[in-house]
Amino acid sequence: MANTSAPKPAFMNNPMVKWIDYRLPIFTFMHHELHEYPTPKNLNYWWNFGSLAGIMLVVMIVSGIVLAMHYTPHVDFAFNSVERIMRDVNSGWLIRYIHMNGGSMFFIAVYIHIFRGLYYGSYKAPREVLWWLGIIILLLMMATAFLGYVLPWGQMSYWGATVITNLFSAFPLIGDPIVTWLWGGFSVDNPTLNRFFSLHYLLPFVIVGVVVLHLVALHTHGSGNPVGIDTKGPQDKIPFHPYYTVKDLFGLGVFFLVFAAIVFFAPNMLGEPDNYIPANPLQTPPHIVPEWYLLPFYAILRSIPSKLIGVLAMFGSIFILFILPWLDTSRVRSARFRPIYRIFFWLFLIDCVVLGWIGANPPEGYFLLIGRLATAWYFLHFLIILPLLGWFERPLPLPTSISEPVLKGGGSVAAAKPMEKA
Amino acid sequence: MAQSAVTHAAGGGHGAEGTRRDFLYIAAGAFGAVGTALALWPFINSMNPSADVLALSSVEVDLTPMQLGQRITVAWRGKPVFIDRRTPEQIARAQADNTADLPDPQTDKARVKKPEWLIMVGVCTHLGCVPLGQKATDPRGDFGGWFCPCHGSHYDTSGRIRKGPAPKNLPIPEYAFLDDNKVRIG
Amino acid sequence: MRKLVFALVASATLVASTAAFAAEAAAPPSQSWSFSGVFGTFDRAAAQRGYQVYKEVCSACHSLSQIRFRNLQDLGFSEDEVKALAAGYEVTDGPNDEGQMFQRPAKPADRFVAPFPNEKAARAANNSAYPPDLSLMTKARKDGANYVYALLTGYGEPPAAAKLMEGMNYNKFFPGNQIAMGQPLNPEQVAYTDGTKATVEQMSHDVVTFLAWSAEPELEARKRLGVKVLLFLLVLTALLYAVKRKVWRNAH
Repeated sequence: MANTSAPKPAFMNNPMVKWIDYRLPIFTFMHHELHEYPTPKNLNYWWNFGSLAGIMLVVMIVSGIVLAMHYTPHVDFAFNSVERIMRDVNSGWLIRYIHMNGGSMFFIAVYIHIFRGLYYGSYKAPREVLWWLGIIILLLMMATAFLGYVLPWGQMSYWGATVITNLFSAFPLIGDPIVTWLWGGFSVDNPTLNRFFSLHYLLPFVIVGVVVLHLVALHTHGSGNPVGIDTKGPQDKIPFHPYYTVKDLFGLGVFFLVFAAIVFFAPNMLGEPDNYIPANPLQTPPHIVPEWYLLPFYAILRSIPSKLIGVLAMFGSIFILFILPWLDTSRVRSARFRPIYRIFFWLFLIDCVVLGWIGANPPEGYFLLIGRLATAWYFLHFLIILPLLGWFERPLPLPTSISEPVLKGGGSVAAAKPMEKA
Repeated sequence: MAQSAVTHAAGGGHGAEGTRRDFLYIAAGAFGAVGTALALWPFINSMNPSADVLALSSVEVDLTPMQLGQRITVAWRGKPVFIDRRTPEQIARAQADNTADLPDPQTDKARVKKPEWLIMVGVCTHLGCVPLGQKATDPRGDFGGWFCPCHGSHYDTSGRIRKGPAPKNLPIPEYAFLDDNKVRIG
Repeated sequence: MRKLVFALVASATLVASTAAFAAEAAAPPSQSWSFSGVFGTFDRAAAQRGYQVYKEVCSACHSLSQIRFRNLQDLGFSEDEVKALAAGYEVTDGPNDEGQMFQRPAKPADRFVAPFPNEKAARAANNSAYPPDLSLMTKARKDGANYVYALLTGYGEPPAAAKLMEGMNYNKFFPGNQIAMGQPLNPEQVAYTDGTKATVEQMSHDVVTFLAWSAEPELEARKRLGVKVLLFLLVLTALLYAVKRKVWRNAH
């Protein structure tokens, strides 16, 4: 049986540590939040991606700060300063490829983290605010990623910036003044690049702030778990350290293997060749696409013929997540005990992949039709299916506690299977 | 964990089991620590001079227009380099002072390649100001060389520190005469 | 999917750029390159020959602005050879003490000298087409190395149905199949000093090797370091997995 309250480590008796801790209880805090913090003992590997995302945020900030030391935010020098980083700065190519692909790895971790939350109902009471903070982090990440993509001042940077800033012109009356204000001129130009650089440097630290709130909210009620029932007592929990620290570290090793393989052997796989052509305001590339992690939203934008409604739908596709805890009327958290929701979860995941694929293709012919259907399904899932499922679905019987998930008699074997990982 | 029940019987954290676990912890910890340190190095090293900076580390100066007694300043690696075409009197004074009480003893001969041409980095060895003395109207200090206005260091006609807080003589950059009228610094 | 995207991009370009005849740009066939693969390196002899091709043929119209003469030392040229190569070009420097700009021989630290002072001059001299800078060409096109090779070897007689616009040339690998650049490489166009026979294929292969180096000069260092990093991470991850199993043995 595991201990829920670990004894104080030896170093806490060090007089120096005691002296500081009496005045600033940082060691008690760390001991409490890391060592004692009781965590459900049945978390599977899908629970690794929160800490992975946190580590990627650190990687992005560290590599970004170093890149900013060598980068020049001016339309005449930006492209060449990036090439100078790639060619002349010591290990500059490595740092830039880490930053470039680190963005993608960050989004991979965060998207898996989000879909884990969707599958296991992590957004349900009492974790709604935790979920909101996560959505705010996602929005900030998208803004940061978009701003950063403009900085190398390649063709895709320039035209991506033009297209995305023009979204705001969809709003009646205030639209055009807003766009002019965003640009600081009458097109995307040097003032735009300067402010984008400033904000791209600022926002990651705002993300850090929201991440801290995210963690405070998390530690208030503790992690959810794959079974989705509350922990009933000490027999259901183990201290976060060393059990989950070591599990997270192992996951980090695997994640970094993938990351390193991309950085060293396919650094441009996820990028667009057009961004190695310097920005040319007089010539649009034949096919403008955002980075892969924004493609589903781009597809929603383009599938709607009205400019304003398209923009609203795109933003709405994220904002709808804020009311998800109330759209999902089922009282059962985990999809493991919701046989019908489980099907719709996978359909929704496929729908998002389809939207991504549509976003990478021109809005013509079948692509347009499929894109519209996929967009409709996206909103249908949240607005119709989820509220109705709560009423009609008959969930499987829940286990009485995490410690005895395998029910005698009516229990399902499939439901208990992933427990092996814990 | 499937086999945990089996291995648990042998557990208890002592004997061969404990040693093996300690070894694992130490090995993993050491690998992690070394890996982190190695991963940090590229980030630190990126702040060292880059290839394009290193490639620009020498300048060539045409000495033809310089008059006897004239001093000019050229930029080299972002720092001023003093080039002084010394008069015979200045050379004589510099050589005579070889035996004077020098804080940083050095003969004049050790500081020049050709006695007529004194070439040094014009950065005071105290705290990095640029000493005066390049223009004819500048104060040249008590020894006829250079005078640093920041904290009052006096340099002689060989650029040696004679008085004031600076600890060292003005440094001599690497240079070579390409021909009689051309010098490459760096 | 990426191929599909490419095909669609190509066809979209085609529709946009010309209605003269509708033909899809062929997908470039894959060649074997010394620099591909996990352990790939640049074939120095090929890259040096490629530099000769660039210098004697391409550089008449195309700049290579990201490359400095000193970079050629990576390709196996000695410091003195690089100095001599650079001295063959004139660059503008200044202002001098009289306030005038002046011409001086290029130094190893200088960028490759562009054939035209600016884009407008380049367009004026090339029937209003702009010969793009080649420094990043193999990175700035999908499947860049194979594409450039295919383009250089892809000239030929247009199909009967095709109507070429004034001053354009037929190339089955160029989006739209009409390219302003005339066939740049012809057999025996350069005299290789190492005795290699200068066929169009050979010269194309060599110049693509050179351009791949100019686009990704870090490639060799990147792959060498990558192998070490991956091996290190494999061992570390295996150790962490073992530690994880040990720790979790107590929890059940």
